[in-house]
Amino acid sequence: MKIYIRSAASISAQKTFGDVPFLTDPVEYTGTRLKVIEPDYKEYIDPKQIRRMSHIIKMGVAAAHNCLAQANVAMPGAIITGTAYGCLEDTVTFLTRIIELEEEMLPPTAFIQSTHNTVAAQIALLLKCHNYNNTFVHKGISFESALLDATMLLKEQEVDDILVGGCDEMTDASFTILSRLGLYKRWPLSNLELLSTKSNGSIGAEGTAFFLLTSKPSADNMAELLATRTFYKPKTIHDTDKRIFAFLADNDLSIDDIDLVITGRNGDLKNDAIYDELNNSIFSSSAIANFKHLSGEYPTVSSFALWLAANIIKRGTMPAIVAENEIKNTAPKKILVYNHYQNNYHSLMLIAAC
Amino acid sequence: MSSTVYVAGVGVISAIGNNVAENLAAFEQEHAGMGDITLVNSIHRGVLPVAEVKLNNVALAELAGISSKLSRTKMLSLIAAREAINDAAIDNFGELRTGFVSANTVGGMDKSEDFFVPFVEDNNKGKLRNVFDHECGAMTEVVADELGITDYMTTISTACSSSANAIFYGARLIKNNLLDVVIAGGADALAKFTLNGFNTLMILDKEYCKPFDDNREGLNLGEGAGYVVLVSEKVAKTLGKPMYCKLSGYNNSNDAYHQTASSPDGTGSYLAMKGALAKAGLQPWDIDYINLHGTGTPNNDSAEGTAIKRLFEPHYPKMSSTKSFTGHTLGASGGVEAVYSVLAIKHGLIYPNLRFKTQMEELPFKPETHYLKDQKINHVLSNSFGFGGNCTSLIFSAV
Repeated sequence: MKIYIRSAASISAQKTFGDVPFLTDPVEYTGTRLKVIEPDYKEYIDPKQIRRMSHIIKMGVAAAHNCLAQANVAMPGAIITGTAYGCLEDTVTFLTRIIELEEEMLPPTAFIQSTHNTVAAQIALLLKCHNYNNTFVHKGISFESALLDATMLLKEQEVDDILVGGCDEMTDASFTILSRLGLYKRWPLSNLELLSTKSNGSIGAEGTAFFLLTSKPSADNMAELLATRTFYKPKTIHDTDKRIFAFLADNDLSIDDIDLVITGRNGDLKNDAIYDELNNSIFSSSAIANFKHLSGEYPTVSSFALWLAANIIKRGTMPAIVAENEIKNTAPKKILVYNHYQNNYHSLMLIAAC
Repeated sequence: MSSTVYVAGVGVISAIGNNVAENLAAFEQEHAGMGDITLVNSIHRGVLPVAEVKLNNVALAELAGISSKLSRTKMLSLIAAREAINDAAIDNFGELRTGFVSANTVGGMDKSEDFFVPFVEDNNKGKLRNVFDHECGAMTEVVADELGITDYMTTISTACSSSANAIFYGARLIKNNLLDVVIAGGADALAKFTLNGFNTLMILDKEYCKPFDDNREGLNLGEGAGYVVLVSEKVAKTLGKPMYCKLSGYNNSNDAYHQTASSPDGTGSYLAMKGALAKAGLQPWDIDYINLHGTGTPNNDSAEGTAIKRLFEPHYPKMSSTKSFTGHTLGASGGVEAVYSVLAIKHGLIYPNLRFKTQMEELPFKPETHYLKDQKINHVLSNSFGFGGNCTSLIFSAV
């Protein structure tokens, strides 16, 4: 059975949302934290409801709404989200109030909206959608877990038109904490130079991307999702190499069949060492593209990569800003997305022209 | 895809016991786990009863075999998951494709609460070791590492239905031939965050909770962990022992009514139960016992009861809320109650619904109030409903 990406919607630090040119005009920032370019939420959500919604809920609901509209699907067969950190803004608000108000006279709203399933729940609530609804919260494979769930649902042939997305928000508190933990660079820099700075840390970010997956063939489908897989804590780089090779082989492909490899290079020395090694082995003759200088780094950022891959295939063009090396085939038909999260979680997504 | 998924092992820790045997003994003795708050440093101590696991962090960490500096949720999770694996006793575990699918609602919140006190004063303060592992996924990861599970792991968080969703996601990983064995369930430790959160919603009973009673006033929070070991048909055959039961039905539906409140007619609950029955190929009268979500809040029990009435009338099976023993263990409840459901089949048990006195006015049925043994129990329905309208029902069936 084939699985297609019917539509994709992304809210990110770049101009990716709505009817916009395809990353022809990359936005440059200076700093170590990228915020998303906010859409006009009033177009997607009742203004009365917007006031009560935290940032991640607004982002998620707007992207989901736009994704469904593009696909011309009124009621999805399932709603599945992945978020590593969940509703941080409301969580931090409630936690801070517990401390400041010493557990007395606390308003409930922040708590109510702090559960990790709030984005998926709000999408369901606004659509009055009673169908399957799930939320995965597993670090750097939260989105991949949601995607696996969606592909299994389609293969089980009980539902179709599955809305699946990844979303994470960055708050002042989480940026401070993650900076103290050493995830980001110690000095401000241009995001467009991120991948050439050989130093520790990346740029923190946030964002969301939603997809409508279907098993129905259609000329409107963007791309085919051939396969996805994750693996955990490979023992050596050779092990990583082997697993990527096996993933391709299980899909009757070799690396020579892949027109483009999109990798999760993020400017951090240790992180990028993995990609450097693979560029010398399995990807040595591959055309390579990167995206985290555009999106920044966050646990569900692979959803941005999938949005990028689906758009490259659908539009038959590749934005110059993503190319790492010389790209001969600028209209790739088969793309491998490979991302790893702190060398613990590795994810592979294989996308092809329909 | 239609292959059967069996339950080969179970493990549980809750306010009524640190393992399966202790939990079963507490049911027989009708010994509830509620009491005063002793472990969480809160102004609600002495006011709101909770159902704590009766070990402080040092003792619990010793039982788990990990550092007492880690989140209590990790300890609870590891203890119950390890009991489940040991119970399943799969000799060639290392050769099989194994996965760990766990659930929780607030990750390492107990440690983050400690971090945030100095952090709120000064953003350069607060011990990073208390917050670096806050994410829900970190709870799962440490346990998978301890258990040596590397093929697949993930974490689900759909509020109070989290671990029921983890269980049937695990079963689907087996049915889709991605894994042979999955340890699935969930864990949650009591935290100031959830205690205060539920308190602001004014749904915590100041007395011990009275699920499905007309005079019920709310829930008591609890903590714990519960896991089942799910195995494929092929693995089940090699184990050379009877399986506990099979997971025959499951469904996840959304109430789509309100972020926290259930719809008056329990639409989500109704759809979840109906969907699980359809999946199992069963009729309502085939169900021998319902392990109710039964939190004890006026809203939940009314919605759940109304949905049961609509689906089961006039064939009401025996039913009870084991939250009258364990309190509401939130993200763990679906796992804890799945273990109880499996044990009900294995040992022919119906658990009593404690403190029930007055039948709900709007319902033509009432929960079972006595501990019953030697029952013939073929099919158990376990309900787990959560914030965000997330409603999940599981059906376990004798083999």
